[in-house]
Amino acid sequence: MKIVVLVKEVPDTYEARKLDSSGMLARTASELVPDEINERALESALRYQDAHKGTEVVVLSMGPESTVKTLRKMLSMGADSAVLVEDSSLAGADLVRTSAVLAAAVQREGFDLIVAGNESTDGRGGLVPAMVAEHLGLPLLPSLDTLEITAESVSGSCAIDGGTLVVNAALPAVVSVTERSAEARFPNFKGIMKAKKKPLAKISLADLGLSPEPGARSTVTAAVERPVRAAGTKIVDEGQAAQELADFLAANRLI
Amino acid sequence: MANILALIETTSTGGLKSSAAGLIGAAAQLGTPVAVLAATPGAGAASVAELGRLGAAKVYIAEGDGVGRVLTRPQLEALAGAVEAHGPAAVLVSNSNESRGVAGRLAVRVGGAVAAEAVGVRADGGRIIAVHSVFGGDYTTESTIEGGLPIITLRPGSIEERAEAAIPEVSTVTLVLAAGPAANIVELREAPAETGRPALRGAAKVVSGGRGLGAKDNFALVEQLADALGAAVGASRAAVDAGFVPQSHQVGQTGVAVSPQLYVALGISGAIQHRAGMQTSKTIVAINKDEDAPIFEVADFGIVGDVFTVVPQLVEAIKARQLAAV
Repeated sequence: MKIVVLVKEVPDTYEARKLDSSGMLARTASELVPDEINERALESALRYQDAHKGTEVVVLSMGPESTVKTLRKMLSMGADSAVLVEDSSLAGADLVRTSAVLAAAVQREGFDLIVAGNESTDGRGGLVPAMVAEHLGLPLLPSLDTLEITAESVSGSCAIDGGTLVVNAALPAVVSVTERSAEARFPNFKGIMKAKKKPLAKISLADLGLSPEPGARSTVTAAVERPVRAAGTKIVDEGQAAQELADFLAANRLI
Repeated sequence: MANILALIETTSTGGLKSSAAGLIGAAAQLGTPVAVLAATPGAGAASVAELGRLGAAKVYIAEGDGVGRVLTRPQLEALAGAVEAHGPAAVLVSNSNESRGVAGRLAVRVGGAVAAEAVGVRADGGRIIAVHSVFGGDYTTESTIEGGLPIITLRPGSIEERAEAAIPEVSTVTLVLAAGPAANIVELREAPAETGRPALRGAAKVVSGGRGLGAKDNFALVEQLADALGAAVGASRAAVDAGFVPQSHQVGQTGVAVSPQLYVALGISGAIQHRAGMQTSKTIVAINKDEDAPIFEVADFGIVGDVFTVVPQLVEAIKARQLAAV
């Protein structure tokens, strides 16, 4: 079994995140880290590997050079190798373009199963897994809270409005997992030392046989920062606070 | 006016999901709303009257056996058929776990592009603009699509506009799924009946509880205030992780993003990830015993105090006012 885990480098949600004036992520404004959801995706793959020796786990990302750090962290958690698609013409690539590149890179690498996070913490579009699946002509089990992998198939459950769907598909397939899925392990010292020697391949669009010109694309036309929310009244409760709050709510027609 | 397709979501019994009104309402902002529905054979007609009431000028029904048994593909084939039949200027899809994959696949299939997780749409001359709330509302961005069919996923509960009722023109086609690899729906487990409280997504008022509640049993305090206000119940991630409430109640970066008229945070410190899910609320109230809790930085009305003392008094005060008003 060969499992490819898709990875994205995102701004740390523990810090303020910034856009530049063109609506692109200001990459220097906050620390860039592996998206937490990707660590859960990797954990799902590693758990299968723990139980089935001979399983190969590859982490794959598209992004700038800085993404190497993110991939090294995933290697230190236990992935066997990493692939980074890095090409200056991909800066600002939209979802369709990104998914076409990822699909080509995954195909070049070879796989039985692709595991992704359900949505990134920065874009939150949640579309790349489905687009990659469409490019590859494969089924997608989306937004799984639970995931079971066997040698021939994948299955799991997905929360929808009004209930839970239990779904399955034969391999090869694509799955995406939510933050309710497997809790990620921490890299240990041995893992960190080993990660430095694990293979990390960098490939370009030319290596994938893709042209630099995108077709239809989504572009940002405006980006405005929300004015800082001013703190309002703050009172200390000395027995009167509930009544004052009720008065405030009534004055604002909220009760 | 140009046709705008809206992919309608249905329940296991063929009823319309609550997202339909917002999808059709958004479509009406851009052109002529065309509701697209995948249904089991013979089941589509039952939804036409309701879709008309919600403002669909046209209804495109694709009926086939795969609906409810195969994931995504029936809706994708229905939408692709409707794109061919109606030549739309844009396609609107709910950004839900079940539907957004349809949007992604359609974009690849027809050479379109996607504006993801929009909270509003508008026509600007010949262009269609999607409005997005980014980084938990820290930024508002706008995007457009060049060189292909615009496909827009809408954040559930974010569209307030509603279309005027119409008598729809209906076309029904047979849905044939080509053989090939597919994701199968093994089972749909219906969620337990709702408690009568409003759904968190799209609620006008939300009362959320955090770690400060201390124990699962104490979460009843959050529910009592929510019921007094007619509000939905939310929670911080800390409260969810502690097992006080199911994850479906989580407000924040990785939970539901809400933007109600009133948001009340009880015993929530206000970590940046929580604020990312609620800071665009119109009015924010916070009660916390830690006077330095970051939630107070965004609160319009903050009380430094004990939730176990203040909340019961508040519930009484609200009830007293409601009685006085009757």
